[in-house]
Amino acid sequence: MAKEPKVYTPGVDVEEHLKPERINDPAVILEVKGLTKYFPIRKGLLKKVVGNVKAVDDISFFVRKGETLGLVGESGCGKTTASRTVIRLYEPTAGAAYFKSTALSSTNEPVIVNLIDLDKEEMKKVRREMSMIFQDPVNSLNPRMSVFDIISEPMVIHGNNDKQENEKVVTDLLERVGLRASHMRRYPHEFSGGQRQRIGIARALALNPKLIFCDEPVSALDVSIQAQTLNLLQDLQSDFNLSYVFVAHDLSVVQHISDRVAVMYVGKIAEVAESDALYNNPLHPYTEALLSAVPKPDPKYESTRIHMQGDVADPSNPPSGCYFHPRCRYTQDICRTTPPEYRELEPDHFVSCHFAEELDLKGV
Amino acid sequence: MREPLVEIKDLHVDFEVRDGTIHAIQGATFNIVRGETTGVIGESGCGKSVTAKAIMQMIPKPGKFVKGEVLYHYRDKDNPGQEEIINISDLDPDGTRIRKIRGGEIGMIFQEPMSSLNPVYTAGFQIGEALDIHRLVPKTVGDHMADAITEFRHVTKKESREIAIDYLHKVGLPKPKERVDSYPHQLSGGQRQRVMVAIALSCDPVMLIADEPTTALDVSIEAQILDLMKNLQETEDMAIMFITHNLGVVAEMAQDIIVMYMGKQVERATAVNIFYEPKHPYTKALLESIPHVGKRHRGRLASIKGMVPSPFNLPSGCVFHPRCPSFMPGKCDVIIPKWQEVEENHWVSCLLYEEV
Amino acid sequence: MSDQEAKIPKIKKKEKEEPVSQNYWSLVWWKFKKNKLAVAGGIIVALFYIICFFFAEFFAPYLLQQKTDYLQARPQVLRFVDSEGNFSLRPFVYGLEEEIDMELRKRFYVENPEVKYYLHFFVKGEPYKLLGLIPADLHIFGPDPDNPDAHIFLFGTDRLGRDLFSRIIFGGRLSLWIGLLGQVITMILGVSLGAISGYYGGVTDVVVQRLTEFVAAFPDIPLFIALAAAIPVSWSPEMIYFVLTLILVFIRWGGLARQVRGLILSLREREYVLAAQSSGASDVRIMFKHLIPGTLSHIIVIATLMIPGMILSETALSWLGLGLRPPLTSWGVLLQEVSNVRTIRFAPWLLLPVPFVIFVILAFNMLGDGLRDAMDPYGGR
Repeated sequence: MAKEPKVYTPGVDVEEHLKPERINDPAVILEVKGLTKYFPIRKGLLKKVVGNVKAVDDISFFVRKGETLGLVGESGCGKTTASRTVIRLYEPTAGAAYFKSTALSSTNEPVIVNLIDLDKEEMKKVRREMSMIFQDPVNSLNPRMSVFDIISEPMVIHGNNDKQENEKVVTDLLERVGLRASHMRRYPHEFSGGQRQRIGIARALALNPKLIFCDEPVSALDVSIQAQTLNLLQDLQSDFNLSYVFVAHDLSVVQHISDRVAVMYVGKIAEVAESDALYNNPLHPYTEALLSAVPKPDPKYESTRIHMQGDVADPSNPPSGCYFHPRCRYTQDICRTTPPEYRELEPDHFVSCHFAEELDLKGV
Repeated sequence: MREPLVEIKDLHVDFEVRDGTIHAIQGATFNIVRGETTGVIGESGCGKSVTAKAIMQMIPKPGKFVKGEVLYHYRDKDNPGQEEIINISDLDPDGTRIRKIRGGEIGMIFQEPMSSLNPVYTAGFQIGEALDIHRLVPKTVGDHMADAITEFRHVTKKESREIAIDYLHKVGLPKPKERVDSYPHQLSGGQRQRVMVAIALSCDPVMLIADEPTTALDVSIEAQILDLMKNLQETEDMAIMFITHNLGVVAEMAQDIIVMYMGKQVERATAVNIFYEPKHPYTKALLESIPHVGKRHRGRLASIKGMVPSPFNLPSGCVFHPRCPSFMPGKCDVIIPKWQEVEENHWVSCLLYEEV
Repeated sequence: MSDQEAKIPKIKKKEKEEPVSQNYWSLVWWKFKKNKLAVAGGIIVALFYIICFFFAEFFAPYLLQQKTDYLQARPQVLRFVDSEGNFSLRPFVYGLEEEIDMELRKRFYVENPEVKYYLHFFVKGEPYKLLGLIPADLHIFGPDPDNPDAHIFLFGTDRLGRDLFSRIIFGGRLSLWIGLLGQVITMILGVSLGAISGYYGGVTDVVVQRLTEFVAAFPDIPLFIALAAAIPVSWSPEMIYFVLTLILVFIRWGGLARQVRGLILSLREREYVLAAQSSGASDVRIMFKHLIPGTLSHIIVIATLMIPGMILSETALSWLGLGLRPPLTSWGVLLQEVSNVRTIRFAPWLLLPVPFVIFVILAFNMLGDGLRDAMDPYGGR
């Protein structure tokens, strides 16, 4: 007696703000609207809530099939929290996440569901279709489990307990990520950082997902290993038509692997655009400043750097109006008082800045 | 005038650990030039941090000098014409002379700013270490700076506070008069790093060793610190030894670059030559494997095949040969390449450039 | 530049015996085995439990309550050479003779070199039930079964003429058993509450935390005294024993729960836990497959090091009369006899349970320390 999954029906009671706009486009696989995640700050003996860390504050973005959306930003911008909230490792404070799921569909056609509305059982089914790769090669694998156990765990969780069957699948996965079948009897500490990341990637592929959240997967690796790992991720994407949400703080890595990039600052999205458009023609002052701040691996590169004064804003106590205003060199009065609207200024190029039209910003 | 400030000659450092011996540095030879920035780049295990510590006679146990020298060209501030060459590798690591140099003449900043007491300032460190006081008694920014200042200058407590505020201002820390009384944990990462720089500067060092100083910082803050260091280098005429694995940072900061791999230096040249005319296959491969902002490769990054070898099982001959795209069988796995100058001021150790 | 033409030898690697499997527990075992002290500790502990707990009747020459006529007799020294210099492979003791000290009005015993009682091994002695089930009468050693006068009291006797050596072995049964049983119950209680509290947080956590703090704040000794006074005399020894165990558990579970809670809190945020959650793992799976195995190494060490505390507590309490009472016999109960100066002066051998307590505790500590070192087999990786 399967319960009817909460399929999103257009027109049915959804807040205006949370209505999806893109999910009906057959090319789109995920659309997040108004996603918000606050972490309460508790003080005192009775643990009263005295404030909130606004880790993710009303963001909206979408991902197309077979495409990589980069989520980039500095510390406290909420990129990791956002991806973990969509996959419901954290419970969102508000918002919607529309996803095209076949697991919840009673037919072969994918059905649109709001991930936030699903109950535990439904969510478990949908989890077959999305997975996550983590940053820390040391802590992302349980040191007490063999590689075989680690990679086959998703399968076991979903009821595939046939050891032989699982061995075949694990062998296949190991080979796909460039490791050997003999590795499955070994333990994580016997592998290097790059190899451990590969094991994590194999685990993420175990159930043939459609969408993978990559949470800083190469940040902890040496430069030469980064390249290998990025190449692997790209190969896998083209082989299996995977969609990636790629979270990172390294702008050059993000630009390389992403088709589209979203720049986040203190829980909000400043700008989203196609990779080249963002880097060559940024519309948000923060993007401009960030791009100019990145040290370029070219000693002949001459360019005056745009200075951002002060420190990255504090998500538990963000500035008024536009969060970036204290550090922005184009600040005007309205920036101090009114949060800017997030709008599509050019086709597929979203920005939230009062002066996006007027400013002529420099790209890389 | 490119005058050497510190000469490192054929430096060898070993670590004796339970599983064997790690040859952390094998024959490093290069100079740090007065008033200029020398960058040392390499990936993990290449020995760059150990080199920095070797210069300060601060090699952590179980490491030790095996061979080689570190020569410091000391000039007295009152008598700048005279130069005295001090062999740092001969100095007693706990002796008075090295303690004067460490922090007083050569400053050092690290990756994790102020997460613990700066071990360079041995007086406070040793006492704190002995009594475990530094964990019990929190020190303000001013206290940390006073440790350094009073160790190397004969000033009163009040004077040292004034000096501290002056340097905090110099490093661009906002509201230095208030900040001098705050505690490190009250400052952000970027602010702490500025304080680190201030501490290092407050003794007017002739050289600054920066070991991954911006790795833990956000890009926008990193930019601020890098600009700060460049400005200070000019105003204080200070040499900088900048250690990092980030090619973008080293391109921006260094005039000279040394590339290290598994304890060996493989190439050394000006920054422009390293990036535009790399000679060693490792350097070339490294440069090709990084994505560049603004230049989108549609396609794969050229990656270096294979893995970094285990330090207990180094390959024979040229240590890079198993991963080298220009591997010559019979040569590269047998003969250790010599370190030689193949063009003016461009040094490589690779058999491609050797007559064998 | 030195001449570097020749092929350099590969870096010398210290000869290392590789463990067969890199499985965590195999590594722990392999590392543990290398620590001789810890292995010794483990063997000693195991021996104590086997001897005292399972086979006490076999190892003790006399029965627990077996009275003889030799009251508070001094120990008979085990000898191999007699007064004339004759060596005998078979050990023997001199018989005891009664003497009376008129001044002190006390009877005491001296050894009589004329009378020799040889130790007989695997003798038929008093009958008993092995493991409580199998009737048997074999003892590992004892006096000559055919000589009704033969007596061997290696540790002397108490005021009722009972062989102390045998009673110490029997006493160990209760002392060690309380330590173990108490620890097991403490572990079950502490681990489950600590894990639930750490994993779920929220109200459960707050409640459990306050509870452990409340328990921890309780002053031990007054509590024991009060409870001891409150125990009705009419209760059977078994009930008293049971309640004592519960009291010991009550005091200690809080500390364990808090430690487990701390461990769970730190493990809960590990990325491999998040990975399992993102795959849809249930809380039960996370708890038993990821979190608790991660705490197991700590728990085992903590438990091993807590047992001596329990043993010591029971011994001390019973010695003070606040714990077990005769006819239940533990080491602490044995020491009850030694509560006045007179006894210590005239029958100091009655303190012999003390070195046993110390020895067992030391063995447990060596074992625990060895386990703690072994539980980090990656060499700080």
